[in-house]
Amino acid sequence: MTMTCWETVQAYGLRSLGYGENLLPKTDFTLCQHFTLIGSGMIWNVYFGALALMFGFFLANVLALAKAAHSPWLRKPAEWFIFVFRGSPLFIQFFIAYETLVLLPRAGVEIFGLTVATSWMTKAWAGALFVLFLNTAAYAAEIFYGALRSIPKGDLEAAEAYGITGWQKFRRIQWPTMLRLGWPAYTNEAIFLFHATTLVFFASFPAFRQMGDALYYANYFADKTFNPFIPYPIVGFYFILLTLFVTWAFGRVNRHLNRHLPQNLKSRIRLRPNLIR
Amino acid sequence: MFAFCADPKAIEGLSWLACYLTSSKHLAFYWSFGTVLLLLAITAPIALGFGFGGATMARSPVAPARIFGKAYIAMVRGIPDIVFFMFFVIALDQGVEYVKSLAVCSDPAWPWQGLEFRVCKEAKVPLATSDAFWHDAYGFTLAVVTFALVFGAFVANVLYGAMQAVPRAQLETAEAYGMNHGQVFWRVLVPQMWVFALPGLSNLWMILIKSTPLLFLLGVEDIVYYARELGGSKTQAYEYPHPDWRLWYFVALLCFYLLMTKASEGVLGRLAARLSKGQATAAGEAMRKAAA
Repeated sequence: MTMTCWETVQAYGLRSLGYGENLLPKTDFTLCQHFTLIGSGMIWNVYFGALALMFGFFLANVLALAKAAHSPWLRKPAEWFIFVFRGSPLFIQFFIAYETLVLLPRAGVEIFGLTVATSWMTKAWAGALFVLFLNTAAYAAEIFYGALRSIPKGDLEAAEAYGITGWQKFRRIQWPTMLRLGWPAYTNEAIFLFHATTLVFFASFPAFRQMGDALYYANYFADKTFNPFIPYPIVGFYFILLTLFVTWAFGRVNRHLNRHLPQNLKSRIRLRPNLIR
Repeated sequence: MFAFCADPKAIEGLSWLACYLTSSKHLAFYWSFGTVLLLLAITAPIALGFGFGGATMARSPVAPARIFGKAYIAMVRGIPDIVFFMFFVIALDQGVEYVKSLAVCSDPAWPWQGLEFRVCKEAKVPLATSDAFWHDAYGFTLAVVTFALVFGAFVANVLYGAMQAVPRAQLETAEAYGMNHGQVFWRVLVPQMWVFALPGLSNLWMILIKSTPLLFLLGVEDIVYYARELGGSKTQAYEYPHPDWRLWYFVALLCFYLLMTKASEGVLGRLAARLSKGQATAAGEAMRKAAA
């Protein structure tokens, strides 16, 4: 039975979420199947990347401020958190998180008489997202911390001369300047976080009912066809598109953050390599 | 290892632990840390070499070489490196076997047939009859070449930037003294570029350390492989039965990596201070003032 490409898209387009045809193709692989299934897997890469970035951004701000704080009660924990997550491989972090989460009692934990279910935490959609969230928060916190420390002294003195102090100074001067200075580096962090999402299904977290990400399906095809020259370049193609989109979206924000500056002082975004964490 | 380990079921407590931690499987586990360090020791210089070649080509006045160099640098930018890892290991293996098949097979056919990669059995690398050692060595070599290729591209990017960062005036002065192209490159540009390259290279070294667990994905019996094997729960059928201890093994690996990171930071910090000495950079200027 042969399918037209449109039928293939209907059957496998949402396969990574569990909709459509249940059985993955086993023989007579077509280019259309490659593109459809791998593209379907990209949904997970976008899901992990986008949500981890969104939640991580807030934690990163808190961590950066804590690391810059005078009180060692705030500074030390933040320093350690950042060191542990930046100093160890993401791959190992995934393993540790998974092994820890499966140790939780299967029946659920009792808190104040309420039974909280725990089994969902060992699933990739929650567990791996949690690890990526902590990981990106640590990397971004280091970037924001560096930016916080390179705010020109004159800016802060000028703010104080105008009588802007405390929370007002932070909200209106320090925070926007920190974001503006750190944004190009943060853009790179975002790009490489999306790249890091490909590790999820290769580090402990099982792909439930063969619902995996782009690399999971590419690996499936390569294992079946013994031909790496088609599926992996397709993953590459999708990721180049994703990278271009992220660069564009973050570039828009960068323009917004720099809108008050004269043309020659604006910070440009440059892509810097920073592969595996 | 110890004499009292002869019957592990009869002993308890610390002596049990001592015997457990010195079982032959554990000794193999400790050696696998050596595998990781060996990979780092071999890959780093090769990647540096690839990177140097790539950066030099990207600056070349000859158009094909320049395009090749730039393409090599651009290769790893938009695509997750793990894709390259998974791709290169199979692609290199098949490439080697295909080339060998052209030489040794009596009737070499196009090997990618339908759903199989087929070469005659004389063209298999290593031969199916060879020692397990050669299979391991071949797998490790493929991993080294893959790591070196991917990291070479990153190094090339850093070195290309560093070469551009050497002040033009330095090179022009050298030319004014009558040095030819090669002399300017080797005597002026290369010695001066390292101080500009060091921050980028340090960063890459940290990343290289942190990417070594991927050896596991490439099928090498590395520390991750052993941590999973040894940590999994063992029934009474085993000499040393225990519940699932994988978490503790992974925590040990985490500590190993954190120590490596900390140690590298120290060494690289010192190296940076040494390279900055006498350089026309802010750090070099600060050192000059402190000494005066």
